[in-house]
Amino acid sequence: MIEQRDVIKVGIAELKAVKAPKCIRTSGLGSCVGLIIFDKYSEVAGLAHIMLPDSTIVKGGDINRSKYADTAVSDLVKSIITIGGKQRSLRAKMAGGAQMFHFHSQNEMMRIGPRNVDAIKKQLKVLSIPLISEDVGGNNGRTIEFDPVTCDLVIRTVNEGVRKI
Amino acid sequence: MDFLQKISHVHLDVLREVGNIGAGHSATALSKLLNKKIDMTVPNVKLASFTELTEWIGGPDVVIASVFLRIEGDVPGSLFFVLDVKQAERFIQQLIGDRQYSLADLDNQELGFSAFLELGNILTGSYLSSLSDLTNLNLYPSVPSMSIDMFGAVISYGLIELSKVSDYCIIIDTAIIEEDEPDTTVKGHFFLLPDPDSFSVLFKALGVNAND
Repeated sequence: MIEQRDVIKVGIAELKAVKAPKCIRTSGLGSCVGLIIFDKYSEVAGLAHIMLPDSTIVKGGDINRSKYADTAVSDLVKSIITIGGKQRSLRAKMAGGAQMFHFHSQNEMMRIGPRNVDAIKKQLKVLSIPLISEDVGGNNGRTIEFDPVTCDLVIRTVNEGVRKI
Repeated sequence: MDFLQKISHVHLDVLREVGNIGAGHSATALSKLLNKKIDMTVPNVKLASFTELTEWIGGPDVVIASVFLRIEGDVPGSLFFVLDVKQAERFIQQLIGDRQYSLADLDNQELGFSAFLELGNILTGSYLSSLSDLTNLNLYPSVPSMSIDMFGAVISYGLIELSKVSDYCIIIDTAIIEEDEPDTTVKGHFFLLPDPDSFSVLFKALGVNAND
């Protein structure tokens, strides 16, 4: 029997945190990266759907901090700690950063996926959060779901089936 | 305030006309190519959040066939032709003259992909050349690229440039429908997503002040 589970959805450039028994999911990751930070002892987890590597290119005005790697990672940590996560138990998993289209042009935009991945790794290092596993790159879209109890990250793709990391 | 939130109804009407003319020419091209009647809808133009865009045709993980190209020149931006996978398969069958063709048949996938890419190339090409004629602007399409994957993963490529300055986009969506296909509500969609600086150029070329 499959139980009806409570799954919280995270949209593009959004960030949310949940406590078990809730799960958390984001759909249709292309060049964007879905970053999970979790604390398995407290059974809490957060997910950020990150679009861009760097917020410092933005000129003035309010920014949506969930959109950029350099601001979203620390915000995600804060929101997890708020609901009971412990800083020293935090671990990370991530998926996404694909290159969906192939162009012959040298357009930097087409490399945004790998740049997002690099920027997130840099932030995790700064915050001393170990990255346990990742499924990044390639040319497939991904839908990901994380369960704070099992700490499995389930990744669905159209062309390469389902895997768990 | 977000610059896109200042956009008025007059501007949206102008963009609706852009979508109308572009997709109109594409529909004609498709009609000639397949020797079939093709209908199109009134363009749907809307100021939307990124999440609204990814939810636009049924959710970010709906699987679609897509052709994407970058527009370079006076009005940089992204143009997508998005089709239901079954509909794409039917078009491919008609183009290559093989009623049995299936995208799931991995041995023959390449032929179908190539036919679909060419279809997308012709349709997006007619969209852009009509837009260029209308505005007298220079628009250069990049070589198109295709993908059969989740809608959210595909369309988010059109948001990269915009997302650097805004949390909103203007969706210019025109649907085309194959007549005599009563069993389906299947549509093809054109999504035009101009880069941030392109809006004022586009409005000026069409005789509207960007600050109206």
